Amino acid sequence: MAATLSQQLTALRRTRVWRSVFRGGNGTSNLDRALAVQQNLFLHLSSVKVRKRSLAFRVTWFLGTLCMGALMILVATGIPLMLYYHPSVPQAYADMKDLQSVVSAGVFLRNLHRWSAHAMVLLVFAHMFKVFYRGAYRPPREFNWVVGIILLIVTLLLSYTGYLLPWDQLAFWAITVGSNLLSSVPVIGPKVRFLMLGGNTVNANALLRFYVLHCVILPLTAATFVAVHFWRIRKDGGIYPGKDHKHA
Amino acid sequence: MSENEDAITKETIPAGNTRRDAFVKIGVGSLCVACSGAAVFGYDFLSPNVLYEPSPVANAGKIAKFPPDSVTQDAQSGIYIVHAAEGIYAMSAVCTHLGCLTAWKPELGIIACPCHGSKFGRDGVKLEGPAPRPLEWLKASISDEGDLLVDRSAPLPEKQFVRT
Repeated sequence: MAATLSQQLTALRRTRVWRSVFRGGNGTSNLDRALAVQQNLFLHLSSVKVRKRSLAFRVTWFLGTLCMGALMILVATGIPLMLYYHPSVPQAYADMKDLQSVVSAGVFLRNLHRWSAHAMVLLVFAHMFKVFYRGAYRPPREFNWVVGIILLIVTLLLSYTGYLLPWDQLAFWAITVGSNLLSSVPVIGPKVRFLMLGGNTVNANALLRFYVLHCVILPLTAATFVAVHFWRIRKDGGIYPGKDHKHA
Repeated sequence: MSENEDAITKETIPAGNTRRDAFVKIGVGSLCVACSGAAVFGYDFLSPNVLYEPSPVANAGKIAKFPPDSVTQDAQSGIYIVHAAEGIYAMSAVCTHLGCLTAWKPELGIIACPCHGSKFGRDGVKLEGPAPRPLEWLKASISDEGDLLVDRSAPLPEKQFVRT
């Protein structure tokens, strides 16, 4: 009580339990503060320090960060939605209706998930255009642009697979039309369509495959490429400050 | 014999042909075989062997249900039964543009697709819209009990009529 809060926190950080959990950076020196990030499994994907110039709003409009935020909201709302959803026909439609009417906060979760999905697609395109128009794809950042395009495709696939899950008329016909577009690809089109749907038409197999794609395979792919995307930003010299910046 | 023993020295074995190289080749080769085998098994796994889909042969009922000069749509099976002057024929109701279900419009005398505006005549010929081909004619036949059977998996290359 006599000691101030910050003194108590410093004492806490010097206890044996704390030092066994957090192996590096238990003091207040600059080295300790750097180690607290660099030695942490979850935090060390980010850099210890960033240039002040990379935090300027006018450079990026924070669009990349907003994309990441939308992704976090989608995961945080998507997982609870999975607890009330059965990916079978015709149960899926009934579950969607239940989420709207019977489940506590179901309307909020579902609506937030759907709106965030639309926002995510919009933000991803805006982020792509902003990166392009300020020239942040030029060497040494060319490969990160490619990773970004892969992430764009994964985002669109997540959107497409998620669209079928409510199993309403809009979902059914959208996926019917989309899969017919796929079958117009020469040589491999019809075969890829058969594999994607697990059959000749959009039915129970298609719903289950799209569910697994939407909830497991595509999120894992997205997470992997997001990690590569962030890693490359760090290694290529941080956020590109623009050609007029003296440190560009 | 002693010549053989002298021959097995490091300098006489050409590079790339040592025992180690042989093992590496065998190892990498087996990995390649295993990977391609896994790919084949994986592809076979993804392709379902059993499909729970309705039979493509639809039973449209007795011939007498279709009066002359009528166009009847069976939305459940996605087909049109048309009784023309030459006889009865069946068409697929699936739009040739992107797969939506078309609808018969008796007041206009045409078949129209709600998705992107394609319009077809009662013989399937495209009148307007983005559809690239006319509606498919399907193989129709009469069963032993006198029912009209339409095989939705058998498109006809040229027009055939079922004589009534």
